Amino acid sequence: MAQMTMIQAITDALRTELRNDPNVLIFGEDVGVNGGVFRATEGLQAEFGEDRVFDTPLAESGIGGLAIGLALQGYRPVPEIQFFGFVFEVMDSIAGQMARMRYRSGGRYTSPVTIRSPFGGGVHTPDMHADSLEGLMAQTPGVKVVIPSTPYDAKGLLISSIRDNDTVIFLEHMKLYRSFRQEVPEEEYTIPLGKADVKREGNDVTIVTYGAMVHESLKAAEELEKEGHSAEVIDLRTVWPIDIETIIASVEKTGRVIVVQEAQKQAGVAAQIVAEINDRAILSLEAPVLRVAAPDTVFPFPQAEAVWLPNYKDVIETAKKVLSF
Amino acid sequence: MASKTKNAQFDAKKTLDTVEQQFETLQILNEEGEIVNEAAMPSLSDEQLQELMRRMVYTRILDQRSISLNRQGRLGFYAPTAGQEASQLASQYALEKEDFILPGYRDVPQIIWHGLPLYQAFLWSRGHFEGMNVPEGVNVLHPQIIIGAQYVQTAGVALGMQKRGQKSVAITYTGDGGTSQGDFYEGINFAGAFKSPAIFVIQNNQFAISTPREKQTAAKTLAQKAVAAGIPGVVVDGMDPLAVYKATRDARERAVNGEGPTLIETITYRYGPHTMAGDDPTRYRTKDLDNEWEKKDPLVRFRKFLENKGLWSEEQETEVIEQAKEDIKEAIKKADAAPKQKVTDLMSIMFDDMPDYLKEQYEVYKAKESK
Repeated sequence: MAQMTMIQAITDALRTELRNDPNVLIFGEDVGVNGGVFRATEGLQAEFGEDRVFDTPLAESGIGGLAIGLALQGYRPVPEIQFFGFVFEVMDSIAGQMARMRYRSGGRYTSPVTIRSPFGGGVHTPDMHADSLEGLMAQTPGVKVVIPSTPYDAKGLLISSIRDNDTVIFLEHMKLYRSFRQEVPEEEYTIPLGKADVKREGNDVTIVTYGAMVHESLKAAEELEKEGHSAEVIDLRTVWPIDIETIIASVEKTGRVIVVQEAQKQAGVAAQIVAEINDRAILSLEAPVLRVAAPDTVFPFPQAEAVWLPNYKDVIETAKKVLSF
Repeated sequence: MASKTKNAQFDAKKTLDTVEQQFETLQILNEEGEIVNEAAMPSLSDEQLQELMRRMVYTRILDQRSISLNRQGRLGFYAPTAGQEASQLASQYALEKEDFILPGYRDVPQIIWHGLPLYQAFLWSRGHFEGMNVPEGVNVLHPQIIIGAQYVQTAGVALGMQKRGQKSVAITYTGDGGTSQGDFYEGINFAGAFKSPAIFVIQNNQFAISTPREKQTAAKTLAQKAVAAGIPGVVVDGMDPLAVYKATRDARERAVNGEGPTLIETITYRYGPHTMAGDDPTRYRTKDLDNEWEKKDPLVRFRKFLENKGLWSEEQETEVIEQAKEDIKEAIKKADAAPKQKVTDLMSIMFDDMPDYLKEQYEVYKAKESK
């Protein structure tokens, strides 16, 4: 076991898969000799060579096309989109192409591509760096969307993503890259995609969340505990497909739920989760399912992040509303 | 000194003229079927020349029959190909089996001649998932509907071949309108930067639906767009099968020798509408323009060329036509016999490992389908 930050755990997962499978290729803008703008691919080109880990011209759409073409030649591409706000440049390659390759070809061809990309607020990035756009991906038939919140989850989920035979969007929250360390096994291990994780057990209210909001929710749960409320925190880990089973089991136990996301209320995946709970467990509900989400504006100018981004206080406030309904 | 600098003008005209001069049109056969460029003549045996003619005639018949089957409602989406036989088939004829084709939506003939069974091409036209379940060993992708996407994907396929050390190429096609897309530029630029074995073909058939080529760009040729990627570009007479074959074969040679990609512009024409989905070319094309291009028909000049060499006769042509009609009839019958698609079929080709939400929906549709 070693103490690792999330970014180190990601590098470790990439190194593991480069070793395990000669078809794994890592490419993107500045991921080679530079080791990536966040050092996620640090040392990988030196260890595995320019043939496995390489830089590309500055064009996201081209990177998407490159991944599709390499997959058609039997490779397992792990491209990087420098910041997920730049996904609009490559929406066709992802949603219009790789997500549909297996279906369009009646199963003849596949796109076993894992797209890695950083996102998330709280670190005062410029425009279009921090936007939470996982909702766009979650609405795309043919892909899976993974968002880890801990170093341990990041490594196991990334290895699973790379081994998955279909397209996976692996979103890495920038604020979580180096915010804390955790024990991470040095050997390889996997965490199944589509499986949530109960990060804290509780009996009074269920908090379903993902990404940086997992930590805000855990902090909120501690505060709620002081006031005698026991909150169960479910980290989705995969935001599409959603682990309905884990959510419903918790809802049936607590009878009260809130869904917490960093994305705007009209975006993200919270509405989908609320709908599933209403469909499947309405008779267990003591109160309506409420959402914690950002205001429905464009992502804030950096100086406005603190007042705009949802935090543990919003989680506490909404949890109390549900608890006292 | 200062005033001199102020008056000195950058010679824009010279720059444009100089570039344009680099892109003369390669022609080997003129409209009369005469060799006008002996030096460029590709080495093709008599049998190969006859086979190329056979494929062009066959494909003209395929176009005629497809249009009529579409009108009878026995085919769905169809983009006419008549006029482009040299451009489409002579370029495909220059390939080897291991080469990979990434076609556009009008490029069904190339993938048929590369090995896709005709009935599957018809199923694709109708909209059936078995249409593009390409047989193992046939290196083609489905016709791409998103104009330009096939270009960036080709850069990837070509890089894959290069990494595998294969002596093969990836070839792709787009139209004149498609050269305005970002993916067009990104595709040729990526292949250039990686020096990958790709052949990018622009079939300039003069119109993108109703928009004439002049409205796409002020560039005098489309081949010169290769300059932006730092790769060679060639303009060929796209109604001349020998010129198209020669240009493609040369590009293939360069590519497999590790010298990188080539952009080929074929100057061609579609005699029919853009697609069979209601486009009416009389709104934007004159009869005179149609007549002018009909004189350039690739079949006419190649027929004359072969007849002069004693390699083609009316009987041979009739035989090809009858064969084509027969094959088409059989293929349509086979397409008719394909089982109807079910929602459960569509679900089962989404993922390798079906996620729970789909399994749940699968059960619902399975129950509906068994009623």
